[in-house]
Amino acid sequence: MTAPTAPVLAVVEHHDGRPRASALELLTAGRALGPVHAVWLGDPPDDAGPLAAHGAAVVHVVPVPTPEAGLPASVAAALAGLAEATGADVVLLASGFGAKEVAARLAHATGAALMVDASAVERDGEGRVVTTQQAFAASWTLRSAAQVGRAVVTLRSNAVRATPAETPGAAEVRVAAPARPADPRVRVVERTARPASDRPDVGEADVVVVGGRGTQGDFSPVEDLADALGGAVGATRDVTDEGWQPHDVMVGQTGVTISPRLYVGAGVSGAVHHRGGMQASGTIVAVNTDPDAPIFEFADFGVVGDLAEVLPQAAAEIRRLRGQA
Amino acid sequence: MKIVVCVKHVPDLQADRRFTDDGRVDREGVDGTLNELDENAVEAALRLVEAAGGEVIALTMGPDDAEDAVRRALQMGVHRAVRVTDDALAGSDAFATAAVLAAAVRRLADDGPVDLVVTGMAALDGLMSVVPTLLAAHLDLPQLTLAAELSVADGVVRVRRDLDHVTEVLEAPLPALVSVTDQANEARYPAFAGIMAARKAQVPVWSLADLGLDPAAVGGAAARTRVLEASPRPPREGVVITDTGDGGRRLAAFLAENGLLA
Ligand SMILES: Cc1cc2nc3c(=O)[nH]c(=O)nc-3n(C[C@H](O)[C@H](O)[C@H](O)COP(=O)(O)OP(=O)(O)OC[C@H]3O[C@@H](n4cnc5c(N)ncnc54)[C@H](O)[C@@H]3O)c2cc1C
Repeated sequence: MTAPTAPVLAVVEHHDGRPRASALELLTAGRALGPVHAVWLGDPPDDAGPLAAHGAAVVHVVPVPTPEAGLPASVAAALAGLAEATGADVVLLASGFGAKEVAARLAHATGAALMVDASAVERDGEGRVVTTQQAFAASWTLRSAAQVGRAVVTLRSNAVRATPAETPGAAEVRVAAPARPADPRVRVVERTARPASDRPDVGEADVVVVGGRGTQGDFSPVEDLADALGGAVGATRDVTDEGWQPHDVMVGQTGVTISPRLYVGAGVSGAVHHRGGMQASGTIVAVNTDPDAPIFEFADFGVVGDLAEVLPQAAAEIRRLRGQA
Repeated sequence: MKIVVCVKHVPDLQADRRFTDDGRVDREGVDGTLNELDENAVEAALRLVEAAGGEVIALTMGPDDAEDAVRRALQMGVHRAVRVTDDALAGSDAFATAAVLAAAVRRLADDGPVDLVVTGMAALDGLMSVVPTLLAAHLDLPQLTLAAELSVADGVVRVRRDLDHVTEVLEAPLPALVSVTDQANEARYPAFAGIMAARKAQVPVWSLADLGLDPAAVGGAAARTRVLEASPRPPREGVVITDTGDGGRRLAAFLAENGLLA
């Protein structure tokens, strides 16, 4: 078998000029498939160093001059052009609601196979793209192969651990043609970035502590444990419906899908809609007063107890073990 | 206003959901329902015609038992429903599904233009969430997906959508395609009158031939991906302890033992 030479495009997300954690995961996954090129939408990166360290041979900067140029169909058209120009046969994106729309448009435009929410991506002996996916609240694992020569894959965050490449990439910055509005009928009336919390992003964090209705709205024990673990705070829909936490941090089938290394659910019953968004997590820990709560059926470690007592004690002990207190 | 709302019949979330050996969703002996998230789509469509007049048509693609999905939509109050089915559709991927739904929407425009196509945000079986986007592409309609808020005024649709890190407000003239999230509304329960009307309603069935589609372009053989393997995950072997005053410390110890404090 000859080594694949077609480049792989990794559409890297960024914030404040710096790559998000998912960006480095995509590059790590991408470089196992072929020479990986980062695609950076918007203003150029402050520093291409992290992209180089994770193996990016090229960084294609695609300017997005207007809000309409940032809509999924517009971005997809720009990516299709870039895939054509570079001869890339795989495009990787970080899973998310917006990314799936871009991926679908791109696959539609290029005739590529579409594989969303993959937890792993590889090439088989013939160079075909093969992905692993979880289904039915992660109670099933599927492996699928692309049947056509090109594939668009969205990768779940934390599915791959970002590691620097043995040999860094050159990360040669090339400015590509700007994205253009694909549909003149659609107007962006308003686009506002939602304020990021001081804690890690729930969709990306490798530790997430989720509080449910059992918190009765008092999230201080949940936040305290999240901080002791250096993790993010998440919530169930009951919590966001009550307005105790913003909708952004809702974990589940209709919210953010997460697969952190560690999930802690406190006062969370483990309803199927919630499970669908977290059951692929590495280790699942639950604290619940009800010994019959469904979450205990799929937890690796459960404590039947009151979160208001268990969480602060756990946080204090974690800080002690880590030598922070 | 003439609105087509696309709905899907999916295995009940509480049922023992599984895959067949060739990687398709196993429907044998598994209770199905209208995808819950499509109830929000039906609700959104009904509210728009209740305010502005017009009709709502429910459209589904699927085998015989998928009729239950449009029946539920009829119970909620949609005016009529159609189902597309064909043996050749088995194993269709999202691209084929979108192509078929698009052809059916076009056919529904034979007796008057369709102003709006409404879908749910995702089907709770596959959860790919890509059919609305592909359908908009096929129909060349403005795409206003993942609406948490939706309004139509003076022939213009406006939606608010919350993406991963941003909130957007988008506008486009009708006709357009909209998908709605479960935040968009609270779906109604069918009223008695709706249940009676749904019982009497005829649901026409269209085949690929009726839609002028080539069977070779759909179904498993035309799919752009193939499932190599589908396997149930072994259940987690968990430990559950009862807090007797040291539950928090034992939790911390568990994390330390499993290298999760590193
Ligand atoms: C279409 C649809 C989509 C949905 N999507 C989502 C989704 O994406 N995400 C989501 O989360 N939900 C979703 N839901 C809602 C979901 O079905 C559940 O209702 C929700 O997840 C329950 O939240 P909860 O666990 O916080 O509350 P509950 O189910 O009320 O559970 C609270 C738990 O807290 C425990 N408890 C109470 N007091 C304490 C205490 N002091 N200490 C410890 N434990 C305590 C109780 O024993 C109980 O188990 C969806 C529902 C629908 C219909």
